[in-house]
Amino acid sequence: MIVADKKPVEEIIEQIRNHHHLLILGCNECVTVCEAGGKKEVGVLASALRMYAMKEGRDVKIDEVTLERQCDHEYLEEIRDRIDQYDAVVSLACGVGVQFMAEKYHDKPIYPGVNTTFLGATEKRGLWTERCQACGSCILASTGGICPVSRCAKRLLNGPCGGSSKGSCEINREVYCAWQLIIDRLKALGKLDEYEEICPIKDWSTDRAGGPRKVVREDVQL
Amino acid sequence: MRLNYPTDIRIVRVPCTGKVDLLHLLRAFEKGADGVCVVGCMEGDCHFNSGNLRARKRVEQAQAILDTIGIGGQRVQMYNLSSGEGTLFAQYATEMHTRIIELGPNPIRAGQREAA
Repeated sequence: MIVADKKPVEEIIEQIRNHHHLLILGCNECVTVCEAGGKKEVGVLASALRMYAMKEGRDVKIDEVTLERQCDHEYLEEIRDRIDQYDAVVSLACGVGVQFMAEKYHDKPIYPGVNTTFLGATEKRGLWTERCQACGSCILASTGGICPVSRCAKRLLNGPCGGSSKGSCEINREVYCAWQLIIDRLKALGKLDEYEEICPIKDWSTDRAGGPRKVVREDVQL
Repeated sequence: MRLNYPTDIRIVRVPCTGKVDLLHLLRAFEKGADGVCVVGCMEGDCHFNSGNLRARKRVEQAQAILDTIGIGGQRVQMYNLSSGEGTLFAQYATEMHTRIIELGPNPIRAGQREAA
């Protein structure tokens, strides 16, 4: 899932300073799971902003809505009949949702309520870690299901480097060496001979280096 | 045992402090409460294992938010005691009451008066 982290309330207060009728818009998908932008977080942020406005003696009306997703037309259309009443929207969706909102409601200021951080997994409640960089050409088949692109600090395709020590990365002792994990996993799978194969130069044109990407599936388009 | 505690404290009963959500705490302040104390069982004695530990985390979250928006994190506090410690409850209630008197009323109410 896309992992996001809550923006400091002070930053959001600064962004919305000149608006009087706001919509705090949550998303029921990834940001709900990582507890950054779901219905609960919408309620908490709205309450904090309302209290701040009341304390400052400002007349600000803040509404709360949480959509199923903010990255699909049909869900964003659900607020079309009410969007005109708001001065601005604070979207607690990931960067995708914020941008899709801005594209759809062109004349409405949309502010991000979260910092979108990475594609990751929930290791336990309150701990999310990166697993994928969406490089566009997956090599997990040859690396024992562990991604060196996202988990090796140097993105090495033939590792480990000299900075690997006792299973840890030189950038931080608490960061596992991805290549040590790959070797251990290949050993457990009885495929250590695959480690000997040199990985050829990766085609990075499918990564961000090739500019903004798109997936076109004419077989499913109507 | 006839114990006294300040009369301007309103008791809201919950089955376990684990039921108390961050939103409940914030809404209390939004509606004008001057302070909120959450009184749970002793840590390690929760009938539901971790209800009071969850409550403590939520109280800490509420404190951080209230500090950020200038309401004051000291207005919300977690206390732990056992069900047999009525004396301690009265003491905590008095302590919280004294703290709130020192802090004064919820700044939201002053802001609303100014706006009116």
